[in-house]
Amino acid sequence: MQEITRDTLISRAKELLASGEVDRVYGWKRGEFCYDVTPALFTDAESLEKDFEWGDFCGANLSKYLVEETRKSEGKILVFMKPCDTYSFNQLLTEHRFDREKVYVIGTPCAGMLDPKRIRDHAESFTSVVSDENGVTVSTLFDGDVKLDRSEVMPDRCLNCKSKKHVAYDELFGEDGGTIASGRFDEVEKIEKMTPDERFEFWRGELSRCIRCNACRDVCPACTCEKCVFDNPNSGVENKAAENSFEEQMFHIIRAFHVAGRCTDCGECSRVCPQQIPLHLLNRKFIKDIDGFYGEYQAGAEVGSRAPLVDYTTEDIEPSDAVKGGDENA
Amino acid sequence: MRKITLDRLDEFFAAVAGKLKLYIPVDTAGGAQFQQWRAGAKMSDALNTTRSAKDFFFPQTENLMEFKTEGKKIEIIDVRRENEDFAIFGVRACDVRSFDVLDRAFLSEPADTYYQNRREHGVIFSLACSKPAETCFCGTFGIDPANPKGDIVCYKTDDAIYMEAKTEKGANLMDSVSDIVAEDEGGDGESAVNAQKEIISERMKKLPLASLSTDKFGGDKTAKFFDDPAWKSLSESCLGCGTCTFVCPTCQCYDIKDFNAGNGIKRFRCWDSCMYSEFTKMSAGQPRLTQLERFRQRFMHKLVYYPANNDGMFSCVGCGRCLSKCPIQMNIVKVMKNLGEGGENNG
Ligand code: SF4
Ligand code: SF4
Ligand code: SF4
Ligand code: SF4
Repeated sequence: MQEITRDTLISRAKELLASGEVDRVYGWKRGEFCYDVTPALFTDAESLEKDFEWGDFCGANLSKYLVEETRKSEGKILVFMKPCDTYSFNQLLTEHRFDREKVYVIGTPCAGMLDPKRIRDHAESFTSVVSDENGVTVSTLFDGDVKLDRSEVMPDRCLNCKSKKHVAYDELFGEDGGTIASGRFDEVEKIEKMTPDERFEFWRGELSRCIRCNACRDVCPACTCEKCVFDNPNSGVENKAAENSFEEQMFHIIRAFHVAGRCTDCGECSRVCPQQIPLHLLNRKFIKDIDGFYGEYQAGAEVGSRAPLVDYTTEDIEPSDAVKGGDENA
Repeated sequence: MRKITLDRLDEFFAAVAGKLKLYIPVDTAGGAQFQQWRAGAKMSDALNTTRSAKDFFFPQTENLMEFKTEGKKIEIIDVRRENEDFAIFGVRACDVRSFDVLDRAFLSEPADTYYQNRREHGVIFSLACSKPAETCFCGTFGIDPANPKGDIVCYKTDDAIYMEAKTEKGANLMDSVSDIVAEDEGGDGESAVNAQKEIISERMKKLPLASLSTDKFGGDKTAKFFDDPAWKSLSESCLGCGTCTFVCPTCQCYDIKDFNAGNGIKRFRCWDSCMYSEFTKMSAGQPRLTQLERFRQRFMHKLVYYPANNDGMFSCVGCGRCLSKCPIQMNIVKVMKNLGEGGENNG
């Protein structure tokens, strides 16, 4: 099988640009260091060759950018997507957030991303990271090279990857994978087993670090309202007006509820949080409950699927039973 | 110069905490954060805190005043309580400089008395950086992490912390705990500190951003950079989240709001961000309609507008927080490198 490399992606992007099939490319751009990769738009071969990046630090999910970008012209955009990104892509299509015809998706294989925050826990002041099947070698400025297992420096979302399958693409690089029985609900179960007081303390402690930067909301592919209630000065809960910790908690409760049933568990919220608050655990609690109450449902697995929370069947759980379940293990 | 061996550090902290409220950096699940010292608290070894030390003087939310109304009468209630002395231990050179930047904004006439009050009551123990990070570029702004400013300057070696009071405030505090930390007369202090300064200077030269220069920026450069084509590609993927402004030690924008608290009105001040779409919105409209304009504001303020009003002083201190915290890894270094290079897609 042909090995997929950065060059494979660049040469295909150049072909598609040259043929006029697409007129711009959403990808990842190299930065100052090995890890500071930025989502970026490319329009010519030269800049692709110079700046396009594909590797361990291309974690940013590009699907949400398509909402704005597709509005800008009639031309088609090439976008590269990891398996998890394609679920967000489908969910956005389900919600009619952009025109599928304006996008050309190339699915790219993924061995799991690396997390600079976790690398820093093992290697301070690092300048380069080389990874292969034997692990990860991190070069530091003052402590020489540090050798690590890939699993030590992968983010939680990749360690608990739910699927290596691309659920949307026009073209696929590499062999497609399948869904994975991951341990993604293990942490949720631990929290469910806490007493209500312990659980309250756990979340109070985690959320007390929140600085209300809204990065978790702004990066979220399920958060695409034209005007968020937390940006509306007339709502009384506008972002800047955090009068007390209750307001902080409100923000998180509303955010989590609003994405319930639509969150694909892409993990972007936890990736971007500057305070390392495990937001994905809130989302996963909802996913787990929905699975339990209505049967397994994966947001974004298919375009146009009706999420249990916005659907009605006569088999639906009675609210009183759902609440009972909540008493036992919510 | 005074010396405390690390095995007695707790004793020292206890002594200081006996005089005033003491905050030290401790490790949390969200990285190092300043917390009030309590017996047994362990000082973090991290280079710097996630949130900067500006919180102590310019908190994210504060209640400025309250109003009570009765018929046509309105009573104004001053709710200020910040009259207690406090000390912050372990502030890095970049963050110490950030206080100078904030002072110029908040203490120039008419002075912001809320900020002023806290500045007067705060004592700063700065700490030299023995291991700078790859994201550090304080040197670009003439800051020397081997010689931080502050009321008491500290150097931490493998077995001790050496301290030297630099201001009257610092000297008074150190005198008050001299039974715990005596003067290190004829001790190894000077040579240990000099050796460390040397190591720091050598390490600073090795930093990847060591050669970043401010030469092309300054107060007279508005026309040069305002319409630079690079703003488009630099800002294009910005989420407008404001993370960079909230972790930045020098970002100083705020919003003031009144809330109906039932039986009266509370007036709050909260951090705001030039990256937000509601920022600068006025009854006449919103002057910065696009994220490009908002993004440009943040960096022009650091590199051009602030120096224009403050004798050429830049309002970035090179702490590197925006480099490690931006969700899309866009930051002031990329801006500095790309502006003025005559292209949309440079570097
Ligand atoms: S990204 Fe983190 S700190 Fe920012 S608002 Fe979300 S939870 Fe709070
Ligand atoms: S530059 Fe980065 S941190 Fe700042 S608002 Fe934009 S995306 Fe957020
Ligand atoms: S702009 Fe960035 S590097 Fe400069 S002081 Fe602010 S957070 Fe630090
Ligand atoms: S920027 Fe300079 S002063 Fe700040 S932490 Fe890094 S080395 Fe220390």
